[in-house]
Amino acid sequence: MRTPLSSILFILTSSFIGSFGAVFLKLGAEHIKGSLGSFLRNYWLAVGVCLYLLSSVFFVMGVSQGELTILYPMVSLGYIWTILWARLFFKEPFTMSKIAGLVMIIFGVALINFGNA
Amino acid sequence: MTSPTVLEAPLDTRGSARRSFLLVFSCTLIGALAQMLIKAGAGQLHAHVTLINVLHDPTLVFRFGLGIASNVKLLFGYCLYGVNTGLMALALKGRELSRLYPIIALTYVWVTLLSLVVLSEHMNFFRAIGIAFIVGGVSILGLKQVARGAE
Repeated sequence: MRTPLSSILFILTSSFIGSFGAVFLKLGAEHIKGSLGSFLRNYWLAVGVCLYLLSSVFFVMGVSQGELTILYPMVSLGYIWTILWARLFFKEPFTMSKIAGLVMIIFGVALINFGNA
Repeated sequence: MTSPTVLEAPLDTRGSARRSFLLVFSCTLIGALAQMLIKAGAGQLHAHVTLINVLHDPTLVFRFGLGIASNVKLLFGYCLYGVNTGLMALALKGRELSRLYPIIALTYVWVTLLSLVVLSEHMNFFRAIGIAFIVGGVSILGLKQVARGAE
């Protein structure tokens, strides 16, 4: 069974939305003070969780058809966005290893889609 | 906030690095299990939507969400992800986001193996090499470069 393009597009959308979830979780994690109350009133975490939930709906739409061996590895494309947001919001520098890693991920996803037959 | 290098870090910081590593490693196992439940549950929904459908009618997201909320396998998968999210938030505290990702690359291995064994999906040359590239790529993302002067 060939994995439909529609499923692939859902996973791409999901990974894009999910990358923002990671940003908000990171912001929230910096504000954790230890008490359960402050954890529950941590709005950064709440927004992060909501973005992950939204991202997950698109993910479930995607994996409802097609193969997980094709679709799950495509989640790794989210690193492209995450590294971009880490640079923009947390001033984490681009490094040669990040650039090389991203190139390998994109190549890997391309190969997997080539193997989608 | 400055992040000291591992060698310069006091012992408690190195201990917390080890704790983060173990937390994230546990997350890869829990995440792979959650993934199997989500795939199994998603297959039961029988709601064939495309991205075009969703763009035309965004309320589909909420209706599909209700479908997710009424499926036991999906709910259980989501619960495992909830546990994962809590563990990840703890692990990410005070760490650079991208440095913990290499460990998460293991999830691609677990999910692929489980897909082959549990879901009877098939493997071919391009998929295997592609997944190897992704795992390799994700693994080197977090590599710390040799320090050049002050960080």
